[in-house]
Amino acid sequence: MPDRYHIHTAPIAPRFRRVGKFGNVDWREDCSRCSNCVKLRCLYDVYRHEAAYNRDPLTAVETLDECKACLSCVQGCTKGLLSVSVNPGYLEMGDEYWKPDILLSTWNQSDAGRIPVSGAGYRGRFHGPGFDSIWTDMSEIVRPTRDGIHGREYISTSVDIGPKPMRLKFAADGQMLTPPSHLIEIQLPAILDLPGWAVESQYLAAARAAAAQALHTLAVMPARDAIGLPAEQLAFVVPLVASQDEIEPCQAVLKAARLAQVNDGADAAELAGRILAVNPGLIVSVRMTLGPASAERILELNRAGLKVFHLCADLHGRERLANGRPGRHIKDALREVHGRLVKERLRDEVTLIVGGGIALAEHMAKAIICGADLVALDTPLLVALGCRVCRDGRPCDSGDRCPAEIGAADSAYATQRMVNLMGAWHSQLIEVLGAMGIREVRRLRGEVGRAIFMEDIEKEAFGDIARVSRQQVRV
Amino acid sequence: MTARIAPIPAEVKGQSDWPQTDVVREIRPAPDRYRNALGKYKIDRLACCASCGHCVEVCQYGVHVKPEGYAFTLRPLEHLCIGPECAETAESCVAQCPQKALNMRRNPSADCMGDPRWSSDLILATWHQAATGHAAPPHLESRTGASGGGFDSLRFKFEAQGFEEPAPVPAAEIDTGLDLNHRGDGRPQIHIDLPVYGGGMSFGSVSIHTILAKARAAVAWNSFTCTGEGGYHDRLRPYDDHVITQVATGLFGVREETIQRVRIVEFKYAQGAKPGLGGHLLGDKNTPPVARMREAVAGNALFSPFPFHSVYSVEDHKKHVDWIKEVNSTCLVSVKVSTPTDVDMVAVGSYYAGAHIIHLDGSYGGTGAAPDIAKKNIAMPIEYAIPKVHKFLAAEGIRDQVTFIASGGIRTAYDALKAIALGADGVVIGTPELVALGCVRCSCCESGRGCPRGIATTDPELMMQMSLEWATQRLVNLLNAWREQMVAVLSRLGMKSIRELRGRSDVLCYVSDEPAQTEGVAQ
Repeated sequence: MPDRYHIHTAPIAPRFRRVGKFGNVDWREDCSRCSNCVKLRCLYDVYRHEAAYNRDPLTAVETLDECKACLSCVQGCTKGLLSVSVNPGYLEMGDEYWKPDILLSTWNQSDAGRIPVSGAGYRGRFHGPGFDSIWTDMSEIVRPTRDGIHGREYISTSVDIGPKPMRLKFAADGQMLTPPSHLIEIQLPAILDLPGWAVESQYLAAARAAAAQALHTLAVMPARDAIGLPAEQLAFVVPLVASQDEIEPCQAVLKAARLAQVNDGADAAELAGRILAVNPGLIVSVRMTLGPASAERILELNRAGLKVFHLCADLHGRERLANGRPGRHIKDALREVHGRLVKERLRDEVTLIVGGGIALAEHMAKAIICGADLVALDTPLLVALGCRVCRDGRPCDSGDRCPAEIGAADSAYATQRMVNLMGAWHSQLIEVLGAMGIREVRRLRGEVGRAIFMEDIEKEAFGDIARVSRQQVRV
Repeated sequence: MTARIAPIPAEVKGQSDWPQTDVVREIRPAPDRYRNALGKYKIDRLACCASCGHCVEVCQYGVHVKPEGYAFTLRPLEHLCIGPECAETAESCVAQCPQKALNMRRNPSADCMGDPRWSSDLILATWHQAATGHAAPPHLESRTGASGGGFDSLRFKFEAQGFEEPAPVPAAEIDTGLDLNHRGDGRPQIHIDLPVYGGGMSFGSVSIHTILAKARAAVAWNSFTCTGEGGYHDRLRPYDDHVITQVATGLFGVREETIQRVRIVEFKYAQGAKPGLGGHLLGDKNTPPVARMREAVAGNALFSPFPFHSVYSVEDHKKHVDWIKEVNSTCLVSVKVSTPTDVDMVAVGSYYAGAHIIHLDGSYGGTGAAPDIAKKNIAMPIEYAIPKVHKFLAAEGIRDQVTFIASGGIRTAYDALKAIALGADGVVIGTPELVALGCVRCSCCESGRGCPRGIATTDPELMMQMSLEWATQRLVNLLNAWREQMVAVLSRLGMKSIRELRGRSDVLCYVSDEPAQTEGVAQ
């Protein structure tokens, strides 16, 4: 019996300064130094930690913003002087998609690989755009996979990449004509993709490769970046071959790899052919932009013999339209592609990888429900290293621009943070699969019947209720 | 301010062999238990204040106090300040101060509380109701949160313009009571005075003071509270007639006696906040007393399995219900399930298995500890499930034979009323009770010593922050404030009974253009 899949998470302290949500920024005059707040009221010793952190008299006093805003000190202060407030720096982080709480949660998950657990109920918006308008189903009674926390080891998260012939063809003499199929099985329905923007770091590609090896998944990188990697990692690398000129210098990489990637373009099929000439055992995937024409293009490339497609949405999980504007969300665009392939009876022949905008573990499950076989992760891997998805518009690769100094993160550290994050995501995926009573993630693909879509359920629940506008509501 | 509302009915007798304790239904002030009550606004008094006391004279709300014989004005009671609305009037202390020593601003600490679902205003409004026993003042939004969907998108038609209103019914004629047994199976009828009872919170997840306060408030209001799955604490015995024994998958502390002594027994199949996952008490909170009651080892995290190992079909479920009915021949059986897509089928199945009460727990409900991914993403919010199940039960022709209780995200009296208008008979609440006791929703209930506010903790030091008398009064007050609001709404709807409201979604309207995002404090 083969070993059970297990992700070896290990605590690793972050090497960047966290931006916390709450802090005491308003300490009015007249404090009587009763120190109740420090010694009595603060359950989390925030005041003491800050004092210790600020022990060096020569540096500027900084707050650690570790406060959890229980307001015990504010309400218990002898003279009523204390206030706590939301850290404006926290609200400044990220953008409308990469919300500060997603960043903070990703940092926490990368610390030790633990899944986020908290008390009190759900705190967010009722529903939202994109993935936030899907709920996964759960199974109330029949649940073959779930037995409390036990039984979860029986849930498989492995997926296959590669061509799957639907039937075998034989010659008149009984000889099999269908070429032998070689699928790549990876243990996590997520591959580690290139960052969505230029990041200067000599370690990132190596860290992704090492993490992919540890996780039994794959890491995408420019073929040239893979040249110096240890030989045992090459099987976990997906070299992205930009042009024919790269084939020659990257021969060793292509020979050792199992999956390669080419960019979509007029010559994609031809380039794929040349790569296969170097290593016929290789599977070549096509990296293409997710857009309204994706389904059509996939059918076209399928006819040319390509079976694995990596659809890249923008960083917020939307289509990129020809005019440069964002289009529909993955949720809608992918369901269309998936549905079209089902209709053409090709869905099981091709593999769909979708990337861009996968920010949380739940997005992984929901993208698969919408029709992906697996997802590709870009930004989360940077966030694991402290990235704040700065929205100041300046490029990250100019010198010491990065507040988290991602360029300086060494390979071992970066690898462990990525592995931890994936460990946490893997556990969360299993939570979702377990609640749904689904035994393997392959069966989650396109399972829209086991998901609840906001548009449908809103109509069902509230369709017969009179509509009013905000202006009509009396204040 | 003291006012006894109504006598407690005498005929609430169950099976208990323990002398039952009475708790008076009296509204008494129960101010914030902290030294500094928190308000939406903050008043700064600058050093140039001459303590002339003019502010004391102008303020209508009692914010400024200067007791007889004092040389200085006391620190402003900021929580009483109504904010900018007052600043425009002649009674404004800020405008009237001869020294210009006062100014008013939003309280940054209050803005740290809450989230889109439970906005800071909702928390402050719930505190006000718990402190006074009456509805919150208009400067606090006490009806809806800021989540942009579900209950927050629903309004009663009288809250919007352009709809006709019926003739109001006098408040004294309105009945908010509810019968729980509609099966006509010879088991006793149980009447509760409010269409609300308390949700299950186990000993371990919350302190004994919280549990007892809930039970005492249930006695005062002739309603119920539930043990949760941590076992039946001996200190609950004097309130047996108002306690629901929960039988959950972990079966922690469930014995024949604990099933026999109560009037309602509840099966918990799933919890809305973590459907399909089972209960979870983190090791830190499993203190020796908790472990003793659960017959477990202290310090270990305790997981309830999921599901009931003995239930894999409706037939198995019926066997379960029969078992309870056999053990306690007079109790009603409630079945608590969460909200999958086929929740309507589950509800019908539960009815045919013999349940008196079908209790649906929506996915946005409370929890002492749950994976964040489960709270947000698994199963549907209760707002969607209520009309689905109500309509399905009606189509099946059994709507009037079963009591349908909704929970999981009922925050305010208005939420409860909307849930009933959508089709539930009544609601179960949990988080509003905790907020009434001083919860700020910092969501740190799950680990370490537990709740820093001393509510959801078994730490002996932390739990002593809150006295049982105070906590009881807060909950009694909150329920009174809710009842007053329910009566006011029913009056405007021209209904004499809460039972008339059930399924009347025609009295609701839906705000179709809620903004997609709220600014300010992110979740």
